[in-house]
Amino acid sequence: MTDMQSQQDVFFVRREIVPSSKPPMRVHGPIAWMRTNLFGSVGDAILTLVGLVIVIAVVVPLVQWAFINATWNGDNREACAANTVGACWAFVKANMGQFIYGRYPDPERWRVNLFFVLLAAGIIPMTIPSLPYKGWNLVYLFIVFPLVSGFLLVGGLFGLPPVETPLWGGLFLTLVVSYVGIAVSLPLGVILALGRRSNLPGIRVVCVTIIEVGRGVPLITVLFFAGILLPLFLPNGVNFDKLIRALFGVALFASCYMAEVIRGGLQAVPRGQYEGAKALGLGYWRMTRLIILPQAISIVIPGIVNTCIGLFKDTSLVYIISIFELLSTVRNSFTDPTWATSTTPASGLVFAAVVFWVFCFGMSRYSAFVERRMQIGLRH
Amino acid sequence: MAVIEAGRIRPSRDSWWNNPAVRGIAYQVILIVAILAFGGWIANNTVTNLRERGIASGFGFLGQRAGFDMTTLLPVTSDSTYGEMLVAGLVDTIVVSFFAIVLATILGLIVGIARLSSNWLVRTIATIYVEVLRNIPPLLVILFWYLAVIAAFPSIREAIQLGPDFSLSNRGIFMPRPVFGANFHYVLIAFVISLIVAWAVRRWAHARHMATGKTFHSGWLALGIVVVVTLAVYFMTGDPLTFEVPVKTRFNINGGWTVSPEFASLLFALGVYTASFIAEIVRSGILAVSHGQTEAARALGLKQGQLTRLVVLPQALRVIIPPLSSEYLNITKNSSLAVAIGYADLVSVGNNVLNPTGQSIEVVLIWMLFYLGISVVISFAMNVFNARIALTER
Repeated sequence: MTDMQSQQDVFFVRREIVPSSKPPMRVHGPIAWMRTNLFGSVGDAILTLVGLVIVIAVVVPLVQWAFINATWNGDNREACAANTVGACWAFVKANMGQFIYGRYPDPERWRVNLFFVLLAAGIIPMTIPSLPYKGWNLVYLFIVFPLVSGFLLVGGLFGLPPVETPLWGGLFLTLVVSYVGIAVSLPLGVILALGRRSNLPGIRVVCVTIIEVGRGVPLITVLFFAGILLPLFLPNGVNFDKLIRALFGVALFASCYMAEVIRGGLQAVPRGQYEGAKALGLGYWRMTRLIILPQAISIVIPGIVNTCIGLFKDTSLVYIISIFELLSTVRNSFTDPTWATSTTPASGLVFAAVVFWVFCFGMSRYSAFVERRMQIGLRH
Repeated sequence: MAVIEAGRIRPSRDSWWNNPAVRGIAYQVILIVAILAFGGWIANNTVTNLRERGIASGFGFLGQRAGFDMTTLLPVTSDSTYGEMLVAGLVDTIVVSFFAIVLATILGLIVGIARLSSNWLVRTIATIYVEVLRNIPPLLVILFWYLAVIAAFPSIREAIQLGPDFSLSNRGIFMPRPVFGANFHYVLIAFVISLIVAWAVRRWAHARHMATGKTFHSGWLALGIVVVVTLAVYFMTGDPLTFEVPVKTRFNINGGWTVSPEFASLLFALGVYTASFIAEIVRSGILAVSHGQTEAARALGLKQGQLTRLVVLPQALRVIIPPLSSEYLNITKNSSLAVAIGYADLVSVGNNVLNPTGQSIEVVLIWMLFYLGISVVISFAMNVFNARIALTER
């Protein structure tokens, strides 16, 4: 007892917890963040300064041009003619209808709007993994939607006045061309990829030739082929609409790239899956349809989306056979004397760039999302 | 009970049309006959159509006088033949693709490495660059350079002077043109010989280093040999290189070298656009080198430069080369967008040829063969390079 007491006298025992002190400034807070991320060493500091110079040299003039000095309102070129240091958004605003719908007649534009809604109604649920009925969604996207929107846009039935394809244009036509390109190139790509991996040499040679020629030449030459040569190849009197010919060229071109992406998926399916399917007594078509393709395609969804991004960007080339999608509509409006000023081209092109960017960036984010999701599945 | 009578089990597929081998041959025969029939039908239609339009098929038109003018790198006039025109366009395609490949590689390498920087600001700038450029169409980038950037440069009178004889205006970039004197080939020969000598010195030094472990800093010596020998011969032959300076006249600039706005926009657009893809390739290549490799190299005492040069880069290149070669092919194919701004590449020249002659089949055939040929050449060169740096396993 006395021992314990004397010990208590000798030793100090803290009974309450010390309030925690603040972490030193060097490892926490904005200054520390700057030390590690911006000024870690002399070289780092120099790099940061170079970066700052780049930011100031690019961002400041850009913001001034696009926002501070820009002309936002006006009815014709006089609003923008005096302003040579800022964007002419009034021009974009005035031509917005044309940029979206092309020359589609004014009273019929609701049909294009309905097309946008129908398209979104098919694509948005497809991209959300937790929503059910993916099979019906595919049926809608690949069969119902094209039929309905085809009748809707072309017209001539059910009291809808017909609208000829030369009047189509703008963002709407860009979406039509990319949609058709994607919808045709997916099944065609699957067929070409299967053909390329076939055991039958005759079929393999044909598919390899189509794929490699399509991938070896620029889209422009394929479009020239579709635009100029196709009428020569068909019997006299048979003539397809120019838009159909362009769609044919784009779809054929995209199929070759899609085929290579899907072939990657087919090769990634483990051998055991093929062997297991054969051991169960499935024939080639049932094995492909039930076992191989579902796995192969879900592996390469990111690759398919990347091909779609490429296709979406490539639609800008159909202007070569005078079909006026978004970029060429914008470009045509530069020559419009009501709006021709020195800053008009830059404003129009920046607007088109933003539109293309939003679509492509959205798709690339989706592709990255799918990729992450698949990696989670593989971790088990 | 479970006895199976002999003869009751028969192979179910005993009929010949169920034999996979027979079916396989049948499928192929059907496909090939269908393709031949389709091809024959198309050929027949084409011949009929061409006869009706009075167009003679064949490549005879290549020898005819063109009758239109185009500004190309090779000197062609309206008196040149269609064939010469197409060759000039082909040279233009190759030249612009080559320079765009060089520009895109350098820029892509810088941006790709910057994306991995520990410096937040540098990393962010590189990321924004890649994400912006990758997601807009190349045609838009080309038009932007052509209509919005170069067209916005000052006129020739108020041209921006970059140096004493370098000026930048909306008519292009003007610079002095080298004029080779009579004796310039001696300088070239001396340069080549000194390069060979320098290479031999490096090789000897490397072999001795490997054999004895003695180092010999041959880098500076090799550089010295090349510079000293070339300069000595240059001055001995009496200054065989002069420059023709561009001279400003009232409305234009004459003489010197002019980089046309079309060439410049196409070059810069293809360069900055493709650089964003190359940056991603470089980044993934560097990330593919496992961290253990760099740690082991540090543990061995390699300096940062040696670490990059001897350990990281050789391994990263293996991942980088295959996708890089397809980017190079893309540049060559995208150079055909020149037709949008009127740079006289193979496609624009061909477009000008097929309008007056009507020889569309031949021209499209020439285009396709040329691009397929280029694809084969670039893939072959890249495959050879790839085979050299590939991992040598047992």
